Amino acid sequence: MFDWLDYLVGLFVENVLKISMETHLGSGVHFFFYDTIKIIILLGIMIFAISYIRSYFPPERTKKILERFSGITGNIMASLLGIVTPFCSCSSVPLFIGFVEAGIPLGVTFSFLITSPIVNEAAFAILLASFGWKIALIYVATGVVVGVVGGILIGAMKLEGEVEEYVYQIKVGEVDIEEMTHKDRVEFAVGNVKDIIKRIWIFLMIGIGIGALIHGWAPAPLLAKYAGPDNPFAVIVAVIFGIPLYSNALGTIPIAEALINKGVGIGTALSFMMATTALSLPEMILLRKVIKPKLIGVFVAITGIAIILVGYLFNGIAHWLI
Amino acid sequence: MIIKILGSGCSNCKKLYDNTKEAVKELGIDATVEKVEDFKEIMAYGVMKTPALVVDGKVKVMGRVLKVEDIKKYLK
Repeated sequence: MFDWLDYLVGLFVENVLKISMETHLGSGVHFFFYDTIKIIILLGIMIFAISYIRSYFPPERTKKILERFSGITGNIMASLLGIVTPFCSCSSVPLFIGFVEAGIPLGVTFSFLITSPIVNEAAFAILLASFGWKIALIYVATGVVVGVVGGILIGAMKLEGEVEEYVYQIKVGEVDIEEMTHKDRVEFAVGNVKDIIKRIWIFLMIGIGIGALIHGWAPAPLLAKYAGPDNPFAVIVAVIFGIPLYSNALGTIPIAEALINKGVGIGTALSFMMATTALSLPEMILLRKVIKPKLIGVFVAITGIAIILVGYLFNGIAHWLI
Repeated sequence: MIIKILGSGCSNCKKLYDNTKEAVKELGIDATVEKVEDFKEIMAYGVMKTPALVVDGKVKVMGRVLKVEDIKKYLK
């Protein structure tokens, strides 16, 4: 998809910067410019498109849709709506209260809360840029599966008592869902593009910078030995390291790309990404306002284990993906 | 006129608050702008996506940070 860019950046490095592509420096510099431009193009397009779709699914509407489904269908719908409903960790508390108050089962609510941050437009765009359609789509599909399974398990454990009592007493007011014009939606989408890029560019640049270093210099055989698909502990270590790294999540993708090129298992890299987005410390601190530590623990454990399993799955089918 | 900004204290909520203050100042109207950070009160308005702009008890906009010019439309 980006062969033209690859070629142009190659010309730039060889003829303008006068660095041979055969050297470590040339290969690193090429990776840096190529990746930066590619990711910015894709991020702009993807965030705009997805934000536009999202403007049709405010959480209030999502809640109304979910009230109609029960059982596993409810979990599946919640995960799917988690993809299209705009979500940021600062809204997770009002969203949680709104769902619970509407009588949506706890398990269904968690299906939404698990999938929503994993499958976000920025991660999708960068995955698309780095690994292509196949992996980006499989990432979305596994994000949904993790949400559905996690939600079903949490639902089956009957943890309603682990929600803070006051949540059940809150009365949620009725609000009219705002009618947006085409112009409003475009503005919303453009605003989102600016907002997200402003928020992540620094992490992205750092990530691409580290990626470029790895690309130019890291010894492939060593990495493949310790973090390759054959090391059974690599996935677990990746997930544990991923949890506290929330805001750097998107910056980690270019690092992951470079690592995969050097032989690190693709499942290991994807688990790392999912852990950084799904299990963020700031979100848990916010959720603590509405749920008790035990339920937070269950949420982290189930989601973490699901992500680790996804890692092994991807490592297992890696040969088919690349 | 009483204007409330609903939000749990995230950066977008603060931006909406600042923009609203600016809009009030530019319009030269008599209005108080206050932040609402208590979830019980936020939920009482039915708002699930913060930040939200409430003018005289009515939710005007939610889940978006409005520009100063756009806020003015809701204050007239």
